[in-house]
Amino acid sequence: MQLTLWTYEGPPHVGAMRIADSMRGVHLVLHAPQGDTYADLLFTMIDRQDRRPPVSYTTFQARDLGGDTANLVTRAVTDALERFQPQVILVGESCTAELIQDQPGSLAQGMRLPVPVVPLELPAYSKKENWGASETFYQLARTLLADRIPPPGTPRPGREGARRPRANLLGPTALAFRCRDDVTEIGILLEKMGVDVNVVAPLGASPDDIRRLPEADFNIDLYPEVSRTLATWLERQFGMPRTKVIPMGVGATRDFIAEVAGLAGLDPAVALAGELPGQASRSSSASRAPWYSRSVDSTYLTGKRVFIFADAAHAIAAARIAAEEMGFTVVGLGTFDRAFARDVREAAAKYGVEALISDDYLEVEKAIAAASPELVLGTQMERHIAKRLGIACAVISSPIHVQDVPARYSPVFGFEGANVLFDAWVHPLMMGLEEHLLQMFREDFEFHDGAAASHLPAASPAAPRPAAAVAPAPPAQAAPAPEAAVPANEPGDPQWTPDGEKELGKIPFFVRGKARRNTERFALERGIRRITVETLYDAKAHFSR
Amino acid sequence: MNDLSTPRAVEPAAGRIEPIVLRERGQREVFCGLTGIVWLHRKMQDAFFLVVGSRTCAHLIQSAAGVMIFAEPRFATAILTDRDLAGLADAGDELDRICVTLLERRPDIATLFLVGSCPSEVIKLDLAKAAERLNARLFPRVRVHNYSGSGIETTFTQGEDNALRALVPTMPATDERQLLVVGCVADVVEDQLVRIFADLGIGPVRFLPARRARDLPPVGPGTLLLLAQPFNGETARALVARGARILQAPYPFGAEGTTAWLRAAADAWGVDTERFDAVTAPGIARARASLERARERLSGKRVFLMPDSQLEIPLARFLHRELGMSVIEVGTPYLDRQMVAAELPLLPPEATLSEGQHLERQLDRVRAAKPDLTVCGLGLANPLEAEGLTTKWSIELVFTPIHGYEQAGDLGGIFARPVERRERLKP
Ligand code: SF4
Ligand code: SF4
Repeated sequence: MQLTLWTYEGPPHVGAMRIADSMRGVHLVLHAPQGDTYADLLFTMIDRQDRRPPVSYTTFQARDLGGDTANLVTRAVTDALERFQPQVILVGESCTAELIQDQPGSLAQGMRLPVPVVPLELPAYSKKENWGASETFYQLARTLLADRIPPPGTPRPGREGARRPRANLLGPTALAFRCRDDVTEIGILLEKMGVDVNVVAPLGASPDDIRRLPEADFNIDLYPEVSRTLATWLERQFGMPRTKVIPMGVGATRDFIAEVAGLAGLDPAVALAGELPGQASRSSSASRAPWYSRSVDSTYLTGKRVFIFADAAHAIAAARIAAEEMGFTVVGLGTFDRAFARDVREAAAKYGVEALISDDYLEVEKAIAAASPELVLGTQMERHIAKRLGIACAVISSPIHVQDVPARYSPVFGFEGANVLFDAWVHPLMMGLEEHLLQMFREDFEFHDGAAASHLPAASPAAPRPAAAVAPAPPAQAAPAPEAAVPANEPGDPQWTPDGEKELGKIPFFVRGKARRNTERFALERGIRRITVETLYDAKAHFSR
Repeated sequence: MNDLSTPRAVEPAAGRIEPIVLRERGQREVFCGLTGIVWLHRKMQDAFFLVVGSRTCAHLIQSAAGVMIFAEPRFATAILTDRDLAGLADAGDELDRICVTLLERRPDIATLFLVGSCPSEVIKLDLAKAAERLNARLFPRVRVHNYSGSGIETTFTQGEDNALRALVPTMPATDERQLLVVGCVADVVEDQLVRIFADLGIGPVRFLPARRARDLPPVGPGTLLLLAQPFNGETARALVARGARILQAPYPFGAEGTTAWLRAAADAWGVDTERFDAVTAPGIARARASLERARERLSGKRVFLMPDSQLEIPLARFLHRELGMSVIEVGTPYLDRQMVAAELPLLPPEATLSEGQHLERQLDRVRAAKPDLTVCGLGLANPLEAEGLTTKWSIELVFTPIHGYEQAGDLGGIFARPVERRERLKP
């Protein structure tokens, strides 16, 4: 048994739902009890979908057990076929059905249906959501492509005539982070390069589209958590090469262009014309981010301590952007997805930090608190951690919440994605010059404790708050839990002298929480019981080394 | 709309026929009983809920809670893994280990609920025995209870019923004459009710659950039960088995419902009409006034309630009698006639009452009826909105204080807001 407070990933059948929901003409029949229908709301509420996910649940009850649960499966399959007329039926089961062993997949296969049936094995007691998505995508494609696999050793047909190179975009799904816009953005990039998009899948694809996958020259493994398994299989069986770079950030986008050009047999120099790495001029890139990052306002971003915890692909890419394109210091890097632990460890080594591989929310919280970053880049979970610790935060990967599915166009991949990320990461931090001005005018009455920077909403719980170090930020909705985030002072804790406290009050509010934390830590580590003005400045000197 | 000027208006017209019941079986789109943890843990501030289940169960609770992440929640899931299923680890030992670690972390916890799920039930994990074992070890510091919130046995609000039912055997015995209010109500509602009962001279009044699960109210032959929620049938019957008596009443939703509910207690305590009217009049007046806006908006409109929280029957009554809506269909996951005996006669006879669910067929009926308002679960709301229907997602009804006079306006607002919104937005 594993004690879990919050889970980053759902069970594997939710991954299967994400595939079914992303596609057209596909229906999933799940052998599951009624409570499991909760998963529909992830799609309709978080992703704001205007239709139900194409999923039927058998919703068996205790009184069905030992009786006709198998019948419920065949009935649900028959009904789904009749009502929704899918071109393919996926049949899977959730954790409970796995235990009663009705084998719904084989049952459905035995029904001689007029459409292909893909039985799914989704081991609920050992696997999780991403695995379920990846496996479902792979099994579906394998079934639909079974009769098209060339005999081993068949050379891949060359590109006929003057046809433009073609690529598949693999991996985008419902409920994933910014897929909708990333697909558009990468499509635009490919179009500019002279590469046609053959199929985007699973998002928006039909079973016929899946059958057309081998018509592309290569695959873009855009969301490896979902598409790596299939992309590797296509590489093996169909000799289709795949990309390895995730085009997130300006540097990575340039690398991606070079990689795609290589696979497509194009000259990368043409596609990269205008990309002038390292140049400070306004037109050094198709993205504004490099210039913004070099503009003097951004000086204040230098060395900001950032903690990154997300799915592996987004985490690794974000770390590179943070270090190379924003001039931040990466103080933590990790992922909840063990399948990609090795990649994350390698990346972490580059920044001299130890990778945090864990799906234990409390452990992540502890690590973040210990690293005392100024910015957290994470998932919806880290948003809450950061909110509680009073640290700025931006979400960079699923699991997401409704506000991470914005109405506006906001990709995070490609050159426009780099712009979006620049804004998204800088916004929660103090605007550089504004911070500077606040310092200069801090004696003015407008800059009293309660005044937040003008770009931050007055009562935003996500804003760095003066009192963050001593009180939990109020939750956004009206159901706050009474648990205090910050432990009450232990008797042995250092105490502030009135003078020390007064001096602390002169420090601008937006850094005061941090100053208080640091000073207390400093005092604690040295066994100092009374925090005086001296202690405060000793600590300041210590931490600014 | 009935005349509300006299609180006795709830008495059913003579010879009124009950609505026809449509029994359905098919796909159900309802949460399981684990969901109750979301509000139960907020009500009982010294309690921890440990679900013994799968990752699905953990995911359900956090999704239903809107992923409202609190400092450190007072609920968690002990997720079964392959090792547990293969018998490599002794489930009992594992559970003990987890509970002990958990309680070490949280010295503030005085009550631990072990909550069964579908997987724990299918593999026949004996949580009652586990609770007994843990009690031997941890009591009196912590009292351990167990109940099932599994989706194969419970729907949504039945989780609360099972949790409260689990408390009944440990409630102390008493012969004292007392009023026991059964079912979770928001603290603010509890305080209001306490004041009203005091003004009526009814007492002592106790609540199940109390704010601290540890403060169990006593029960016995002198106990009169006033049910605050229609889904606590098993708990009510267990209390009856311990000598208590149920005061039949409609539920305290709206001015009329609240008055009738209070009157059931007042009659049992022999409170005279004059005093009753004097005490309730200000509340009734405020409730009615606060319902005016919703009434203006909703009167004459047609509502369809999908089965979800078990609150559907009393709410349909409220929407019909106090807001003037006509009711097309009232769905309920299951029909516990004893619990709604005072409500059924108040439903409009033309309403279809459906028990259980066949989701697709029911949605066909919704589409055919084109209601002005459809009350449904979160998974269905946006899709129905996209089809042009106006919806109210029902989970809000268990998370928001809606009982009593002072909340009547809020309750009306919950239904009026979506309708108002659709009217405001230009196409
Ligand atoms: S229906 Fe069963 S398996 Fe699903 S979440 Fe509820 S208790 Fe867990
Ligand atoms: S505070 Fe509530 S609404 Fe806001 S992100 Fe968290 S869960 Fe969502």
